[in-house]
Amino acid sequence: MSVGANGWLLARILRSPGDAAALDATGWTALIAIARAEQMIGTLAWRLHGTAMPPAVARILADARASADHGRTLALWEAEAARRALAPLGVPVVLLKGTAFVAAGLMAGQGRSIGDLDILVPRGSLDAVERALLENGWEWVKPDAYDDAYYRRWMHELPPLIHRDRDRMIDVHHTILPLTARITPDAQGLLAESVPLRAEEKGGLAMLSRTDVIVHAAAHLFADGDLAGGMRNLWDVHCLIEEFGVEGLVERAEHHGLGDAVGRALRLAAALYGDGATLSPGDRACLRRVTARDGWGSATRPWTRLAFYIRSHWLRMPPAMLARHLWTKWRKQSG
Amino acid sequence: MKHVFSVRIGPVGFRVGSDWRAPIRQLAALYAGYPQPEDGVPDFTVRLFAQRPWRRVIRPAVMIGGDFMIPDAAPLPLAQGLLAAEMAMNLQMALGQRRYLLLHASAVERDGRVLLMTGESGSGKSTLAALLSQRGWRLMGDEFALIDPVTGLAHAFPRLVSLKNAAIAVAEAAMPQARFGPLLEGTPKGAIRHLVPDAAAVAAMDMPGKPALLLFPRFGFAPDIRDVAPGEVFMRLTQASTNYVAMGERGFDALTRLVLSIPAQAIDYPDTKHALAQVEALWEAL
Repeated sequence: MSVGANGWLLARILRSPGDAAALDATGWTALIAIARAEQMIGTLAWRLHGTAMPPAVARILADARASADHGRTLALWEAEAARRALAPLGVPVVLLKGTAFVAAGLMAGQGRSIGDLDILVPRGSLDAVERALLENGWEWVKPDAYDDAYYRRWMHELPPLIHRDRDRMIDVHHTILPLTARITPDAQGLLAESVPLRAEEKGGLAMLSRTDVIVHAAAHLFADGDLAGGMRNLWDVHCLIEEFGVEGLVERAEHHGLGDAVGRALRLAAALYGDGATLSPGDRACLRRVTARDGWGSATRPWTRLAFYIRSHWLRMPPAMLARHLWTKWRKQSG
Repeated sequence: MKHVFSVRIGPVGFRVGSDWRAPIRQLAALYAGYPQPEDGVPDFTVRLFAQRPWRRVIRPAVMIGGDFMIPDAAPLPLAQGLLAAEMAMNLQMALGQRRYLLLHASAVERDGRVLLMTGESGSGKSTLAALLSQRGWRLMGDEFALIDPVTGLAHAFPRLVSLKNAAIAVAEAAMPQARFGPLLEGTPKGAIRHLVPDAAAVAAMDMPGKPALLLFPRFGFAPDIRDVAPGEVFMRLTQASTNYVAMGERGFDALTRLVLSIPAQAIDYPDTKHALAQVEALWEAL
């Protein structure tokens, strides 16, 4: 197979699982290391389920499927725990990202690794939500006063909370981009258009609408982050489009001010996992960053990574504020 | 990576890549009789690398990486590169193993039946396993016992036996003909010397065994033997397992089955002579 050992190898096998038949032992080894590094081994395992592979690989991927299944159980239980804690408040609770995908039984959730529980609630009910979580066993992770104040003033989420018994984090969002970002998505619209996960259940959990869920994935990738975990996030986008289509997506993205981010997400997802796309130089730079792995699972292209890291901060806050933030962080680190 | 070593230990294949030649050469020498990973595809990848390119040469420090990593792992000096590799391989098992329930225990086998010994570092479980392997027992492993959730059998994981501090001299005296790795002084755990499992242990490493007895040895106390109730055994083994929680229901089922199917005793001993006599007596009484 003529694909080098980098993120493209993983992309190609996810796109066409049949190509895995051509892999030799070195190719399989690289594929597994890259998939693990990108936290996509469960996704790969489900994608290749039932295709021919060496017994040693079959065992590794069977373990990965079992692991992802267990992760799914834990994620759903965590969502249920949050639902029980917040139900008395009577506020809408929208699941985001991986937990929403598995709760809704979406293709994007199949085998997906899920870390924290991410939820979206109305900004006006943040205080009540915070109190309810603290009363139900969640505790602050960051005792640092500056970080805490920074989160509350500028971020799109509360400082992370962790459950004292279950050791699982919850991120409580009130919108999908930091307040310091130049773009302000319509947070009320996200809640208003959200759909209940179980139609028969009143006051239960919801997820974003079929367009907003793609807008959120794109916002997370391009308007906020440094493209870390990009392979996985773009796989999410690819699967969501496969299942939900793109009808009304462009209009909805424009409505949130995220037309550019969504456009790019669609092009990159198509380049990696779909039928390809016409790419701009910026798109190509993103792909260079996203696929920067070697056959050992190590991060490569340090300068590209650094450039995107700087870019992510640049997008997140205005220059003077960025300078002040980095100065405070640096002083604390060296003190 | 520049230097590569692959090996299979029991049912688990490893690939170790290194920025330096020395640790790879040592691994290759010590694991000389071991097979390659099945189908050429290892279960786990381990990386020994320099944090900055110049640290390959100037005050070389070995960072530990791989499929599964812990943040902020401290680097080791290059002279302890072999230890770094062993730690990294253990780390992959501890964090990434999902096929078997892992017990932090040594294991030896006789007549197809397995004796498991678990305890804190310093309890003597490695030393006792090494010494028993000189007395008609097959060494299955000194660090992890692998319990198959499907069959309930214990699988061997005979990696290099890690002897620490006073145990080094005890093993050297008891096994003058055995092969040892270099003496590593001043490691985070004191002096360490690796013992190569004997040829019989390697030759039979694909043979699992049925767990028959569980012991909790404790070194440095007057000789004593006590029964340990199943509830306490269960609790202690959940703590001695690195993947019990991650295994979910399969882990619970495997552990419950093990605890209910074999007797467990705590043994206190002042020296290895007493311990070996205690072990043989308890085994005979089964």
